[in-house]
This record gives sequence, structure tokens and C-alpha cells, in this order.
Amino acid sequence: MVYFILKRLFQSIFVMLAVAFLSFSLFRFVGDPVSQMTGVETTVEDRERLREELGLNDPFLFQFARFTGDLLQGDFGYSYRTRQPVAEMIADRIPATLELGTVALIISLLVGIPAGVYTALNPRGFVTQSILLTTLVGVSIPTFVIGIMLIFLFGVQLGWLPTFGRGGTVQIGGWTSSLFTVEGWRALILPAFTLGVYQLTLTMRLVRAEMMEVMRSDYILFATARGIPWRRLHFRHALANTMVPVITIIGLQFGGVIAFSIVTESVFQWPGMGLLFLESIRFVDIPVMGVYLVVIAFFFVLVNLAVDLLYIAIDPRLRVKEAA
Amino acid sequence: MLARFWHSDGFWMLRRSPAAMIAGLVAFLVIAGAVFAPWIASTDPYDLASFSLMDGLLPPVWQDGGMAQFPLGTDDQGRDMISAILYGARLSLLIGLMAMVIATVLGVGLGLAAGYYGGRFDAIVMRIADVQLALPAILTALLIDGIARGVLPSEMHGDVRVAVLTLAIALSLWVNFARTARASTFVERNKEYVQAAMIMGQHPLRVMFRHILPNILGPLLVIMTVDLASAILLEATLSFLGIGLPADSPSLGTLIRIGMQFLLSGEWWILWVPTLFLIALVVSINLLGDFLRDVFNPRLH
Repeated sequence: MVYFILKRLFQSIFVMLAVAFLSFSLFRFVGDPVSQMTGVETTVEDRERLREELGLNDPFLFQFARFTGDLLQGDFGYSYRTRQPVAEMIADRIPATLELGTVALIISLLVGIPAGVYTALNPRGFVTQSILLTTLVGVSIPTFVIGIMLIFLFGVQLGWLPTFGRGGTVQIGGWTSSLFTVEGWRALILPAFTLGVYQLTLTMRLVRAEMMEVMRSDYILFATARGIPWRRLHFRHALANTMVPVITIIGLQFGGVIAFSIVTESVFQWPGMGLLFLESIRFVDIPVMGVYLVVIAFFFVLVNLAVDLLYIAIDPRLRVKEAA
Repeated sequence: MLARFWHSDGFWMLRRSPAAMIAGLVAFLVIAGAVFAPWIASTDPYDLASFSLMDGLLPPVWQDGGMAQFPLGTDDQGRDMISAILYGARLSLLIGLMAMVIATVLGVGLGLAAGYYGGRFDAIVMRIADVQLALPAILTALLIDGIARGVLPSEMHGDVRVAVLTLAIALSLWVNFARTARASTFVERNKEYVQAAMIMGQHPLRVMFRHILPNILGPLLVIMTVDLASAILLEATLSFLGIGLPADSPSLGTLIRIGMQFLLSGEWWILWVPTLFLIALVVSINLLGDFLRDVFNPRLH
């Protein structure tokens, strides 16, 4: 098990290095950093001196090593557009995106898993057929259109919920949270649901497929013959055995949730990292783009590591293997 | 030829599936409308002289104040909505199709070669595919777009937008083709007809494209329809975010973005006409993709 964890850790570090390299190449080759920092009236000598000071004349690999070292120490450089430290800009925006993504993921699990179990256990029912048809249409409707529809229905026509921003926020340490006020939750519902819809359909279809597979297996037949109560049979014996693939996919999808939060944040003017990334693309603000990539990759790698550890907690066979 | 098509398995299944028939019909109408837009549309939305501000914000014909000349109303500039969505769909479909074709050629080419040669080439292609898969398509497309903005001089931005957008979408979709083509090629290359062709000393390219490719086309065709829908959605999303096409050459996504400004006022048609049009197009393409998957699945015959 230790070997397994170490191996995964090593792979994660490799992925992070690859992404850091991509980010560094962006920074180094897309546009010239010196002309971004200086004005028209800067002389050629001044430019050359700045180039030397910034270390842009050093060997390529040496520069990359320094770039990675700076990243590790939390020095993410300065934005071309606002001249602020990128680390501060991102840190300001992280809570909004993480809260949005987490709530979206929780919604998708709370609705998706029961719906998947239900549609697997009653495959021919009317409710099942309508749920399946709804999800087929749901997958074909782009996220931003779902967002617009929700805004139109609940924000404009019914006037129940706010349609932009985070509502009331509370400062806890450096973390701006909208989870502790009623206004914050009201502002969170629509964007979180918009972001969660695609995940929800995916979770549901996966749980359904796995559940149907498991229900056909011999041990379920045997458990039925033993007269185990239905509730216990379905949840303790069947559902528990569908969880390993479900957790894998959810882990992989977390990256998708964060990426699609770009769209959701844009529709709802949600002040998170996605909105920041969009602005940075519009203004070709390379440092912010690069750091966004690194931060997203970091979350992605972290979640995947956590998923691997969860396997060990959920699947006893992995623990037994180590003992043997 | 027509008789052969009429009696084929696929067409028999099509006649038995009302959902696929309707989807096919909708897709056909939308595509025909887009292709023949210059002849069908009453005005040219790119030609500023062909419409007038005086006709601005007219509602559809069945509402009070609507004019028969503009059956689905006009936007704030006085553009006929029908003309706008036909031309918008033309652009969306053009970009989607081109992106899909580029992704197919690139992905199938690399996948075929990787499956055929195996070894180190295969390993390299698949590692690149893994990294690409870790980045969601929309992030890849946004990044490529951002890089293009940085590399190209700003006066060129308008002219090459369509090309950059197409390329960005194509590069975020090629992986599916590469992985499927590679997996199928692995299976085919050990079959006797391929071995025979190789022993006869045929050129590897000829073996790959003349012998293997026709036999792995089924699953690729399914991915092509699904990815055409993804490409259209991706283009719409990028244009909606304001990263894709500028407002003077509106695709469906741009039209929806413009319509968003009228969400809070009463002019619902400016937003919902292009939105419903986009949904109808994508849903019908996806339904056709589902149908094709069933056609190529021998277990269902």
C-alpha cells in the first residue's frame, strides 16, 4: 500500500511539472514579457538591462527551474493588466469557485445516486422512462442555456432568487464565504444547480448501469435466497459494490466541474476564478492564465490522490492484499 | 443505389424509430436552411443597408404590433430574426463541421498509425492524449484562443477569428478519434486479411487506409455525429462567453449573447428564437448519434 501511494504521489508530481512547464512556456513564448512591462519610451539599453535583471538571458532550463521554485514558494508574479500580485488575485477568487463547485457536486450526488438506484430497480416504470428522457434532453442543452432558463424562470418571471453575484458574504480568516447567510445561499442555488446538472445526469446514468450489473450477479441472487430484507439487500449489498467506479468518475469529473464553472460564473457574474480567467484571456494577461492552469491542475491532482486513498477505505480487498 | 438504401438494415431501423425520423427531419431542415440561407432569408444580416433601425424590436407576427414581413420579429438593430438565425446556423454549422473534419483527420491518422506501428510512437501519442484528456475540452479551446490572441498582432484578430476558433475546437476534440481508431486498429491488424496485405508487401499507408480504415469506420461514424454536436455546442459556448466570434458576424452563440441583454425587458424573442433553434439542432444531432450507435451495434439486430 505504501508503494501504491508513493507511486501515485510520483505520478502526481510529474503531472504538476508538465503543467508548470506548459504555464512557463506560455509566459516565455507568448508575447514578450519585457515589452509588456515597459512603455514605448523605454530605451533599448533599459530594455536590455531589464531583460538581464529578469534573467531572461539565462539558459532555458535554468529559467524553468527558477520559475518552478518561485511557484513552490507562492511567488506567482504580477498581472500585466492590474499590476497586482497574481497570488492575491487568485486567492481572492478561490473561495467563490470552490464553494460553487462543491455545492454543485453535492447536489449532483444527492439527486443523482438515488435517481440512479431508483431507475435501476424499476427499469420499466413510467417515472424511470420520463427521468431518462429528461436527462437525454438535459445533456443536449448547453450549460449556459440552462443557466439562462433558470435565471428567466426563477429570477425574472417568479422573482424568487437573485440572478447575479454572491449575495451576502462573511469573512472568516482570509476566506470570503457565502455559506453562512440566507442571502448567500439564495444567490448560490441557481448557479450551483446549473453547474451540477451535467454531473447529475452522468452520476445517475453511471449508478444505474453499475446497479443493474450488480443486481444480476450471483451473490445478490444468493442473498435474495437467504431472505435478506430488500432495503438491506439494495443498499448494503448492491449499492456499496457500485461505489468504486462511481467514486473514480466523480473524482475525474471534479476537473470538469471547475472548468465548466467558467461558463456558469460568466452567466451569473459569479466572482470566482473562472471569471478571472475569462478576463485574463480577453486582455491576454498571460501570468494570470498560466497560474490559473497550475492551480486547476493542482486541485485536479489533489482530488485524484484523495480518490485513490478513498479506494483503500472503501474496498477491503486492497487492504487485505497488503496484509498478505 | 436508392433501392439498396431503401432495403438496407439501417433504413429499416430508421423507419421503425419515430424519434430518429423526427430528429433526422429536424436536422435536415436546419442544415438545408443554413446552406440555402442566402436564397431563403429575406434580408442579409451582414449587409447594414438591408435593414433599418425603424424596424427595431418588432415582436413576432402573432403578437400585437408584429409585421408579416418579419414572422419571428426583429432585434434592436431591425434585423429579421429568421435571417439572423439562418445565417447564424450557417456559421455555427460551418465551424462545427470543419472542426469535426480536422479532428477526425488528425485523430484517425494518429490513431491508425499508433495502432499499426505500436511501440514508442504509440506510447508518445497516447501520453499526449492522456494529458489532453485531463484538460476539459472547453479549457483547451479557451487556452488556444488566448494563445492565438497573444501571438497574432491585434489588427489580424478579426480576419482569423473563424480559423482560430475552428482550430481550437478541433484540437480539443481529436482525442476521442485517436483512442477509438487505435483500439480498433489493434484488433484489426492481427486479422488475416491485414497480415496477408502486409506479407504481399503493400505500403503501410495503403494497408492502413485501404484495408484497415474501411473496417473500423462504424464506431468512428458514431463519434463523428456526437462530436459534431459537441463542436457546435463548444462554438456556441465560446461565442456566448465573448471569446469566439465578434458581434458583426454572429453565430448562434453570439446571437444568444446579444439576446441576454433583453432578458430583463419584454423582448423575449431576441433571446429565445436563437436559443430554441440551437437546442433543436443539437438535440436532433444527438438523437441521430444514438440511433447510429444502435445501427452499428450488431447485438441489437
